[in-house]
Amino acid sequence: MGRVLAVIIWIITLLSVLLFVSGKWWFPTAISEHAPALDRQFMITIVVVGIAFTAAQVGLGWMVWKYRATGSAADRATYSHGSNRLEVIWTVITAVVFIALGVMGQSVWASLRLHDAPAGSYSVEVVAQQFQWNFHYAGKDGKFGRTDPKLIDDSALNFVGLDSADAAAADDAVTATLAIPVNRPVELRLRSKDVIHNFWVPQLRFKQDLVPGMEIKVHFTANKVGKYELACAELCGQLHFKMKSYMLVLPEEEIQALQALPQDQFQARMAELLAKYPLPTYQ
Amino acid sequence: MSVESHEGVHRHPAPTSFIRKYIFSVDHKVIGIQYIILALVAVLVGMTMSLLMRLNLSWPPPHSWPILETLFPTGAPGGVMTPEFYLSLVTMHGTIMVFFVLTTAPQGGFGNYFLPIQIGAEDMAFPTLNMLSFWVTLVGFIVILLAIFAEGNQSVGQWFAALGPSFAGGSGTVGPIGGWTGYAPLSALGKIAGPGQGAGMNLWVISIAIFCVGSLLGALNFITTLLNMRTKGMSLMRMPLTCWAWFTTAVLALLSFPVLLGGGILLLLDRIAGTSFFIPSGLYVSGLLSGTNPNFPLHTGGSPILWQHLFWFFGHPEVYIAILPGMGATSHILSTFARKPVFGYRAMVFAIFAIGLLGFFVWGHHMFISGMSPYSAIAFSVLTLSIGVPSAVKTFNWLGTLWGARIRFTTAMLFALGFVSLFVAGGITGLILGQSSLDLAMHDTYIVTAHFHLVMGVASIFGMFAALYFWFPKMFGRFMNEKIGKLHFWLTFIGVYAIFVPMHIMGIVGMPRRYASFGEYEFLRTLHPLVLLVSVAAIITITAQLIFYFNLIWSVFKGEKAGDNPWEATTLEWTTATPPPHDNFAGVLPTVYHGPYEFAVPGAPKDYVMQTEAEADVPSGNGHNGHKH
Repeated sequence: MGRVLAVIIWIITLLSVLLFVSGKWWFPTAISEHAPALDRQFMITIVVVGIAFTAAQVGLGWMVWKYRATGSAADRATYSHGSNRLEVIWTVITAVVFIALGVMGQSVWASLRLHDAPAGSYSVEVVAQQFQWNFHYAGKDGKFGRTDPKLIDDSALNFVGLDSADAAAADDAVTATLAIPVNRPVELRLRSKDVIHNFWVPQLRFKQDLVPGMEIKVHFTANKVGKYELACAELCGQLHFKMKSYMLVLPEEEIQALQALPQDQFQARMAELLAKYPLPTYQ
Repeated sequence: MSVESHEGVHRHPAPTSFIRKYIFSVDHKVIGIQYIILALVAVLVGMTMSLLMRLNLSWPPPHSWPILETLFPTGAPGGVMTPEFYLSLVTMHGTIMVFFVLTTAPQGGFGNYFLPIQIGAEDMAFPTLNMLSFWVTLVGFIVILLAIFAEGNQSVGQWFAALGPSFAGGSGTVGPIGGWTGYAPLSALGKIAGPGQGAGMNLWVISIAIFCVGSLLGALNFITTLLNMRTKGMSLMRMPLTCWAWFTTAVLALLSFPVLLGGGILLLLDRIAGTSFFIPSGLYVSGLLSGTNPNFPLHTGGSPILWQHLFWFFGHPEVYIAILPGMGATSHILSTFARKPVFGYRAMVFAIFAIGLLGFFVWGHHMFISGMSPYSAIAFSVLTLSIGVPSAVKTFNWLGTLWGARIRFTTAMLFALGFVSLFVAGGITGLILGQSSLDLAMHDTYIVTAHFHLVMGVASIFGMFAALYFWFPKMFGRFMNEKIGKLHFWLTFIGVYAIFVPMHIMGIVGMPRRYASFGEYEFLRTLHPLVLLVSVAAIITITAQLIFYFNLIWSVFKGEKAGDNPWEATTLEWTTATPPPHDNFAGVLPTVYHGPYEFAVPGAPKDYVMQTEAEADVPSGNGHNGHKH
């Protein structure tokens, strides 16, 4: 019985490790500046996790293989209540490794979240609702028009409550697709009209909740032109799984040209761009 | 410290009527079995729900399961599950499993039955309170089951609607949509926020509030009993590790459930009394602005994140409430069948304490991306990683206990060994998820699902299987069938790995939790073979549990008869009759002379020395043997 258990534990361990190192399934290729550091930290961590997992399972298998009862009453186990020295050694080693990982695991976080977006960032207001994304662009003047929840009227397609009386709103555009420039810091100002949603593009390697009653600012720099799927990653109700949009990462001149268009042409141009760029291929 | 035995304080005569003996019993043993039966019923419901979820994920619409239409005409019209039906399964599966399985059987069940016996007491300190805690918990369970009918059945739903606008039901689900975490404002807004947000959500909140009360009563009882009612010689450091685990669990429950209770009451007030604890101003839901329509009254000034703080301040300790008793049972059973003292008993006690204490300072790791201060995320993250240290210490000590052992491979031992394997497999990925940077990518994907199912769900359940196979002979006077038990172990052990290891990979690719279907996203298409593998493994593993239920029921009546100490174990439950009499020790409380795990003592006549055997039996000077008085 002990040998069978040992072999099964080892086989499970081997198959688990193989599944991870097979490379058949992994992160989609990253397209943000901070992502390589995050992926590196993930690799370091998963190697530590893999070693600890394998060592513990192999050790457990070895114990049950080796220390089976023999059936002889005279043959007894080793009488030991433990070893303070061993306790100190493994406590210190794990504390150092785990806390070191924990401290290392703050660097990407700190670079993304502890300071504001750099000056000159491209800003977009993101307003989520059940089960739709709205992206509010400042237009040519670079100024967002005033918005007010009282002015929201979904049936009139004023999804974000844009105040048409505000001069800054005149050139603003609101679409269901996110378009951002490549290689330039982007700031998203995240809001929600109803419940909590979550902004997530897997290739960007970050998530952020959109919380009603709050405006949460996040920033990042995308470094590869293309079209990417944008998902909601916080349970928001019945059609949560369908709350999908796309993020277009565009060359600077394309974003400038888009930005200069009035609202009606903006929408049409966005549709053309969506058709122009294919999704990444997933093997 | 001398330990008084409080005779007379708690003594109550053995009941004679059937109702007082088996239904409204104040006997901790009967109450323990009642809790276990509750968990066995609840886990069937929860497991069936996971089976339905797997069917929907692997054979998504438009695939039709005609049986589903028969069972759920509104939830699965044409045999195709609606997304709201799926999401209500997610919510109810989580709620039933976490509250009514993982919090009842380990603590209310086995703790209730064995804590008083293991410390040499005749009953709990407050037997009537103990009875109440079970019946309150049962009411909570009935209320959560009501949510199924209130939402799933049109006529029941209409009846609930008569209670008020927030109670409208009958949305064709099996309960609310909100996940077991019930994040506000989705959970606070009421019917306007979509299906399941009426009667189902109200009943969900009420059920959890009732459950909190039941757990609080239980926790008070456990703490008082353990501190005051230990028998002569049962110093704290001579207690079995099970007792330390149940005690620490009770302290966690005492400190965390009131917070959830308070949060639940506030949430209910937001829903039915027009308050705004968790609902901010200016919300625009389903085409209506807050305050402009009688269906959507004015809300102003609430904080959605406040709910998350209140919930997770409870929710993280809850993880340890679920698993600490499993750790205790595993330590106890490993030592017994390794025929060897627990390695590092003191370190194990300190590790339990450290886990319990640190467990109160890490709730923010569920909220890194919630919009709370990014600085607090750093503190929560580093504290979270440090909670891995006492967890690792426990694992090392379990391996140390096996080192040099003479292992007897009973079914109970196999499940205890399985616990160690699964605890490592599930716990170790906490090193990934606890890092704020990595959580940016990993949050709310299937790697989270895999992590907490392995460690909090499956490992805890393995601890309970080990406990049940181990203590069943004491509880019922008969063994569970070992051959069937071992078959149950092999299928379950391999099965749960096949279910949950691939889920890690799905999470790395980026598959989000709580999606009714993955068909919308190109980047998830490559995962379909793994999704299918998981579903097939889940179907086999869930079916294998029928073997366990058969073994359980069959063994109660037909199992091989067991003596008083069939496993040659050392602690007090094995010194009394099988099954134990009403007052546990037939009027004579035992006196304790040794620590709990004196196996393989050199020079002793047998390879185990019971806690009640006279002092002279254990040679001195070999290791530390608890405090001697």
